[in-house]
Amino acid sequence: MSASSPAVRPLRAPRWQRILRRVPWWIAVAFLVVLAITWVYPFVWMVSASLKDNMEVFAAGLELIPSRFAFENYVRAWEDARFGRYLVNTVIVTLWTVFIVTVRCACAGYVLGRYSFPGSKIFMGVLIATLFVPTGYTIIPIVQVSLQLGVIDSLTGMILALSGAANVSAILIYAGYFRQMPKELEEAAVVDGAGFLRIFFSIMLPLAMPVTATVALLTFLATWNAFFLPLVFSFSRPELRTLSVGMQAFVGENAVDWTGMAAAGVISIIPVVVLFFFLQRYFVEGIAGAVKS
Amino acid sequence: MTTISAQPGPSAQAPDDAALARSVQRSSARRRQTLWVWLLLMPTVVLYGVYTIYPIIASYWYSLVEWNGFGAEKRFVGLSNYQSVFADPLFWSSFKITLIFMLLVAPARVILSFLLAIVLNSPKLPLSKLFRTVFFLPVVTTTAIVGVVMQFILDPSSGPINSFLKFLGFEGGVNFLGDSNVALFTVSVVYVWKFFGITMIYWLAALQTIPQEIFDAARIDGAGFVQIFRYITLPLLKPFVIIISLLTIEDTFRAFDLMQTMTGGGPFFSTEIIEIYIYRWAFAAQIPQLGHASAAAVLFGAFVFAIGLIQLWGVYAARRLRKDLSA
Repeated sequence: MSASSPAVRPLRAPRWQRILRRVPWWIAVAFLVVLAITWVYPFVWMVSASLKDNMEVFAAGLELIPSRFAFENYVRAWEDARFGRYLVNTVIVTLWTVFIVTVRCACAGYVLGRYSFPGSKIFMGVLIATLFVPTGYTIIPIVQVSLQLGVIDSLTGMILALSGAANVSAILIYAGYFRQMPKELEEAAVVDGAGFLRIFFSIMLPLAMPVTATVALLTFLATWNAFFLPLVFSFSRPELRTLSVGMQAFVGENAVDWTGMAAAGVISIIPVVVLFFFLQRYFVEGIAGAVKS
Repeated sequence: MTTISAQPGPSAQAPDDAALARSVQRSSARRRQTLWVWLLLMPTVVLYGVYTIYPIIASYWYSLVEWNGFGAEKRFVGLSNYQSVFADPLFWSSFKITLIFMLLVAPARVILSFLLAIVLNSPKLPLSKLFRTVFFLPVVTTTAIVGVVMQFILDPSSGPINSFLKFLGFEGGVNFLGDSNVALFTVSVVYVWKFFGITMIYWLAALQTIPQEIFDAARIDGAGFVQIFRYITLPLLKPFVIIISLLTIEDTFRAFDLMQTMTGGGPFFSTEIIEIYIYRWAFAAQIPQLGHASAAAVLFGAFVFAIGLIQLWGVYAARRLRKDLSA
């Protein structure tokens, strides 16, 4: 700024005008607050019902705060309805699936993103062509093949099926990320005498940490919430049910135990919601990635 | 990288021994590299091959056999499964319901979430972070659990929604899930609520590609909210409209979890989408008819694949559009 320029008076509208201009925003906020309360109402109702006793829920009042906190609902869901067991199953299945999917997608994405080899184009083509295969289409052969491998009715079978079903987008995210890394990285490493695996594990993979976080998180979410495959894999062995399958079975058996159902729902949903609150950024970035690419 | 070393040019005379040794070394390094490449691809080849590629192919074979249960013998029957699927009015009904469901929920998800994203994207809106979190929350929750909980919330006698309607004076209440005229609509509303957040995030990501300065500049030039929307936001978002619509449409074919847990396809098959139709013939029937179910699955797969092809074409067109815009 030169000293000769005339002093510019800050251009500010009068106070009342500024307040007036904000009015539409406050109306928007009021509307959004009402909408947001409606939005979370089902969850609030679930938590509230899980703490009432069955009489109070059936009285069908709109009061959300229970007259007496009935924590025995949780004991019933945890022990009698075996949700403790289902939770353990879900955790085992989810952790293994996340591990397998992340490793296998990182490996495949790295190779497809950085090397051209005979068959790489075809490989990519097959992946993209099968990007949107619905579970309803593949479910019968999956059961048949698991039967032949002897892993039907087992958590192992469930894990394998969940980690083998479509995770193409994860491979594509990794491939895109590895592709845009500078070549000098590898050249320097080769000069230093690093081999193929060293380059991948000690240079490339650590650099891809943000992608790994996103892929792991989205896989976690998908597996924790999976229903179709766990349902089919636990038909004849109820003790293998995951939370989502257990919930449906529970309601099928005890249609009148509303508060136990609500408590079971809270047990099932709390882990993902807590995870979401802490790692929200990665969730959002992972989903937004589908549009940006 | 081992692939970058320069090829010997035409001026090079007969290669001397050292060069020969180098090239032998290079080709063995290349072979070793190919080995590593396939080794890293192995887990994907095996798992994806067994649980996705093989099922896609095997479904075609299964659709040609009569096969009553996983332990039973398969008997080749040609195209008769397809004949019986085509002759089954419930298959056509489930196909129609899948389409109606898509037409109900996809536009609602795309348009409503767009309007909300526009408001949430504005830096002037107070609490916009909190609102984003709230509207995204249902997405992370387990669909099957939500489906069961919704059964109770929508219960005709003791559910809170009907209690509220009674409180407002509608004595009869609405049988949201038990009335075959209402059930599909009810599930659609719940579905939109559940997955709305995904499309909202898509839109927010798209909106963030427009630099805030453009809006500021337009405002300084005196453009109003409607003008900015009409002449800046909409044209710049055009490529995203295609991608987001198609991603959302593709998503609506995966409604099994919610449909199965909320209605199980009922009442009177009024919410039976194709996936439930397949499930019913393969797993829920007294005598499973896996051939029949596979034929329906093959038709469903082909249908989704066709939509996917349109989608890829759309993404391609959108990319071109984006290039034109930025050029």
